Amino acid sequence: MTAVLPIDRSVLRRSEGVWRTAWRRFRGDRVGMVSLLIVAAFLLLIAASATGVVARHWQAEVGVPNAPPTFLGPRPPEDLGTIEVPKGPNVDLSDVDPLAPRYKEWSERAAQMKTTEAVRADTLPFGGDRLGRDVLSKAIKGTEVSVFVGVLASVLATLIGTLFGAAAGFFGQRVNDFLEWVYNVFTAVPDILLIFAFAAVFGRGIGTVVLILGLTGWAGVYRQVRAEFIKHRNREYVRAAEAIGASMSSRMFRHILPNVSHVILVRMSLLVVGFIKFEVILSYLGLGVPVDQVSWGTMLAEAQSELILGYWWQLAAATVFMALFVTAFSLMADAWRDALDPKLRGAE
Amino acid sequence: MLLSIKDLRVDFRLGERGDITRVPAVAGVSFDIPEDTTVALVGESGSGKSVTAMSILNLLPENAERTGVIEYQGRDLLKASLPDLQQLRGKEIACVFQDPMTSLNPVFSVGQQMAEPLRRHLNVGRRAAIDRAEALLAEVGIPEPKRRLASYPHELSGGQQQRVMIAMALACEPKLLIADEPTTALDVTIQRQILELIARLQERHRMSVLFISHDLGVVGEIADHVVVMRQGVVREQGPVARIFQAPRDAYTKALLACRPSAGHTSARLPVIDDHIEGKVPTRAAKPKDPNAPVLLRVRALAKSFFLREGVFGKREFKAVRNVNFDLRRGHTLGVVGESGSGKTTMGLTLLRLHEPTAGEVLFDGRNLLAMNEHERQTMRRRIQIVFQNPYASLNPRFTIGQTLLEPMAIHGIGADTAERERRALELLGKVGLDAAAFGKYPHEFSGGQRQRIAIARCLTLDPEVLVLDEAVSALDVSVQAQVLNLLKDLQDDLGLAYVFISHDLGVVRFVSDEILVMKDGEVVEQASAQQILAAPAQEYTRRLLGAIPRGYQEAAPA
Repeated sequence: MTAVLPIDRSVLRRSEGVWRTAWRRFRGDRVGMVSLLIVAAFLLLIAASATGVVARHWQAEVGVPNAPPTFLGPRPPEDLGTIEVPKGPNVDLSDVDPLAPRYKEWSERAAQMKTTEAVRADTLPFGGDRLGRDVLSKAIKGTEVSVFVGVLASVLATLIGTLFGAAAGFFGQRVNDFLEWVYNVFTAVPDILLIFAFAAVFGRGIGTVVLILGLTGWAGVYRQVRAEFIKHRNREYVRAAEAIGASMSSRMFRHILPNVSHVILVRMSLLVVGFIKFEVILSYLGLGVPVDQVSWGTMLAEAQSELILGYWWQLAAATVFMALFVTAFSLMADAWRDALDPKLRGAE
Repeated sequence: MLLSIKDLRVDFRLGERGDITRVPAVAGVSFDIPEDTTVALVGESGSGKSVTAMSILNLLPENAERTGVIEYQGRDLLKASLPDLQQLRGKEIACVFQDPMTSLNPVFSVGQQMAEPLRRHLNVGRRAAIDRAEALLAEVGIPEPKRRLASYPHELSGGQQQRVMIAMALACEPKLLIADEPTTALDVTIQRQILELIARLQERHRMSVLFISHDLGVVGEIADHVVVMRQGVVREQGPVARIFQAPRDAYTKALLACRPSAGHTSARLPVIDDHIEGKVPTRAAKPKDPNAPVLLRVRALAKSFFLREGVFGKREFKAVRNVNFDLRRGHTLGVVGESGSGKTTMGLTLLRLHEPTAGEVLFDGRNLLAMNEHERQTMRRRIQIVFQNPYASLNPRFTIGQTLLEPMAIHGIGADTAERERRALELLGKVGLDAAAFGKYPHEFSGGQRQRIAIARCLTLDPEVLVLDEAVSALDVSVQAQVLNLLKDLQDDLGLAYVFISHDLGVVRFVSDEILVMKDGEVVEQASAQQILAAPAQEYTRRLLGAIPRGYQEAAPA
């Protein structure tokens, strides 16, 4: 028994784990795969815009104000209703003009300066906004900000919710009572009021939006994780771990957490969708991202005044981008849930 | 002939789109159910016995494909339309399932649930249906039937729930009653009552019963005709006396031999495969040393739970009261009792998985209950537990390797991972699994194999005492025999002491040296195994012993 036998490492090879099996199941889901591709494309776009490959000059005023989309063609010149410019040569006024001797000096100085009048395009691919900025670039840059806010805020909310939920569910008793109390107070206040309160305290900025959404959105995760931990706490495998002397944190995070991680993951992806929508609302109300940045929400807020004048393209671009991403993300989350929890579908 | 099944095949379709595979569950089964008889379908889990029975009324999941002929009074039920089947269900052919807790709807009262089939099939009014329900409850032996009609399922005990299920099945005077493991979830004493009830009702109503069970002992008492199934085919069928006295098929013989019975003398139980191959367990029993050192000494152990009552009130519920015993090295203490008798709580308290309320547990002379965190951790190595449900006691996200390495890493056994891996592989061999198990996940193993893994996990710590909490109760008879043999081998080789907790006196008396009989948290009888078997002193022990299914007995009245 004491002789050191060389062990054949090949027998130690692991068989297919839970995540691999889930991925195999996910690949069989056509809707899930298409939505995953769309989400991946969006992520690529975001990476490109964050590194400045695309939409770096989203603030450049490249078109005429409110330039229509290319497929509509340039706007017909408007009849301004001014008096006609008289024809014939200019009348020579130099003998009575007191400034006449200085014209030469000024034109010499003017020649030293160089002014370039940028040629403003009459039309832009997706149209232009009030200042003539390209709506397409704005939408891409807005995607970056909106998705970034959504993902980061949901990670924060999930982290808070998971920690609180794990503690309440695992320890129970006093800890549970206290956290339930916090939860009740949080959910008793209307969400939007809570968000306003946080926004008023923290001021504007992307970081603030992330913080606000993270601090207000954890309640759902908390409840679910707590319930899962209560369910698993008394499972025999956890008791068995206790019997072999596994520590409290090891039981909580090494044993139980991986067994409820699929619930958390799906919950988190649903939060992303919700938070993107919330960011839009916040920005629309003027509590979101600062004015020198753009998000889908600020675009929608601008679109409100433009729509009265008949400039619908900014609204359309923001809506299309947002609808596409949110729908794809939701469908992907659904597919993940099916893949991770086959019991739900009765497949296995 | 009431019902005759001819060459029934059932396949389950698995997989989606494109790659569909068919898994055969029943591969050509034929048998008849004559009028006014009890036919028993016997087999281990996965033998296709339930699938066969459920295909009679097509209560199978959608992915089942049935072929063959099921003829009921001249009609082929496989070709019957859904409305036709619904006419039969409940009225002509009724079912009773294994778990009464999940078969009854928790949000309706017993009366409401019983009245529904009556009104649907018999077309009677509400009043008449309630009166009939009351009469039925009285017939299945429920006290105060009128009051019980207004009760909800959770207010009834398991046995009473099963009686209600039987009463519902009887509501429309069916010609055939299908009982799918109706007593498996119940205690032995309740099991006996339900069996007697079914036998009595069968006689009185002159109906036929298709009784499904994995337990030959139960079947022998109730059936007229026995069908033994294995892996989707019928191995043997015949009258009950012939099956028990002169079994022809090797598998039937093996099934009969694997049951630990009262007259069992050999040290090891025969295992089905060995028996079929004609091998006889040869290993002789190692004599127990009556003067072995006492490892575990328990004195006046008590555990109470406090239930909240009102705002500040608390009510004490005494789950375990005044338990005393000595456990010697290499010996086994059996703990028997019905559910709710406190035996599991007692086991968990020994490991301090529950904090005891009073008493002391002396392990090797030192009080386990007065130890601090650090001492406890080292003591944990020496006393370990195996749980009942092999499907729940292993972490599904850990490979077997991780499961086995974790306790060694926690207690610093083995110098490095390589050495621990070597030790884990060695232990896998010891419990009869091959090294390929190391990288696999629990779901890839059967119940018996998982229980072996759970035992291996305990062994990684070199324990001296193992608490086996219903460790073989969830296993099939043949697998049960394998695990019991493994436990005996380990005891002989390593000198382990066991606290063997079970509701099954048949198993307990096979493994134990001393037996503790518990009832309502108290020890009612405590004596050596032989003594308890030969001369039980308490009425309760006698009742437990009397309730063990004995199989077919010629002289016994049916």
